Amino acid sequence: MAPAMITRRDLVRRLLVDRGDLLIVSGLGSATWDVAAAGDHPLNFYLWGAMGGSAMIGLGLALARPDRRVAVITGDGDMLMGIGSLATIGVKAPKNLAIVVLDNAHYGETGMQPSHTQAGVDLVAVARACRFRDARAIARIDEAAEIRALLHNGEGPIFISAPIKPEDTPRVLPLRDGHAIKQRFIAALSSSAQA
Amino acid sequence: MHSPNTTDASWPDAIHAHFRRVGIRQVGYVPDAGHSRLITLCRDDPGIADVVLTTEEEGVGLVAGAALGGERAALLMQSSGVGNCVNMFALLRNCGFGCLVLVTMRGEFGEFNPWQVPMGTITEDVLRLAGFLTYRIDTADAVDEIVGAGCDMAFDGNLQIAILLSQRLIGRKLWTR
Repeated sequence: MAPAMITRRDLVRRLLVDRGDLLIVSGLGSATWDVAAAGDHPLNFYLWGAMGGSAMIGLGLALARPDRRVAVITGDGDMLMGIGSLATIGVKAPKNLAIVVLDNAHYGETGMQPSHTQAGVDLVAVARACRFRDARAIARIDEAAEIRALLHNGEGPIFISAPIKPEDTPRVLPLRDGHAIKQRFIAALSSSAQA
Repeated sequence: MHSPNTTDASWPDAIHAHFRRVGIRQVGYVPDAGHSRLITLCRDDPGIADVVLTTEEEGVGLVAGAALGGERAALLMQSSGVGNCVNMFALLRNCGFGCLVLVTMRGEFGEFNPWQVPMGTITEDVLRLAGFLTYRIDTADAVDEIVGAGCDMAFDGNLQIAILLSQRLIGRKLWTR
C-alpha cells in the first residue's frame, strides 16, 4: 500500500518544532500561511508577493549571517519562478542555507492549475545539478524529524522536496505590512545576536 | 570583438571606493562589459561577497536578504536588466529596503544595435515608476560625487536609488565584424 501523502501543515509544524533561533523566509501564498500556522515568530520573514524571490532572500540572509541557520520554506510555483536562483546559490554554496519546497504539483492560490512538477519536472535533480550538497525528496511524514535536524545542523546548501497532498487548507494570515515584518525581523535578529 | 572606449578608465575605482566607504558587503551582478572593471574590483575585494546572478531580479531578493541580516548590498546591471526586475522591485518599496543599483546604459548615445533601444529608452522611466530616484552620469568627473551621494541616500536614507551610467561615459561599444 502506498504511504499516506504528507499534509503540509503537519510537515511544517514538525519542521519548526523547537525552532530556536532558526531564520525563516516563507514563499508567498500557502507556504506563508503554513509557517504562520506553525506559530508566529519575529524571525519569520513572510512573503505575500515577490513570487520567485524567496530563495534569493535566503541567500542574501545566509551570506550576511554565516553564524546563523537560514531555512526557506516555499511552494513549487515560487521555486519554479526562481529556478535560476538554484544555480546562483550553487555558485556561492552557503553551508547555512536550506530550501524546503512543499510540492503539491499545483498553483494552489490561483485555482489549482497543474504545475510543472506534476508533469515530472524534477526539482531535486535540478538542485543536485546546481551543486547543492544535499538534495533529496522525502516521502513519509516520519522523515520530518530528520529533515528538521538537517535544517539546524546539516551542511548546506540543502534542498528538500516534500511532495504534499494537494488540499485546501484554512488560511492563517500573519502580519501583512511589509515594513512591520522587516523591522520586527531585523530587531529580533540584532537583539538575539547580542544575547 | 569590442572594447570600451572610455574617456577616463578609472571611474569604476571611484565607485568601488564608495562601496568600501559605506561598507557594502554583497554585490550582485549579471556580467556586463560596461561594469567589467568594477566587477573585477569587487571580485578581488575580500570584504565583498560577489554574487553572479542568472537574472537581475535575483539581485533584488539578495538585497532584501542582506538587509534582513544587517548587511548592505549593491546591484550592477545593464539597462536591459532593469526590465527583468520590475515585479521584484515591489519587495523594496513594500518593505522599505534601501537599495543602490548602478545601471550601465545601452540603447542610447552611439548605439549600433537596434534591439537594445526599446528597453534602453524606457529604463529611467521604469525605474521611476518602480519607486527609484534616478541620477544620470555622463562624464567621468561626476562619478565620485554622484555615487557618493547615492550611497548615502540608499543606506542612510533607506531609499531606492538608481544611478544611470550613460553610454557616453562607459564608451560606445565598438562593433567589428
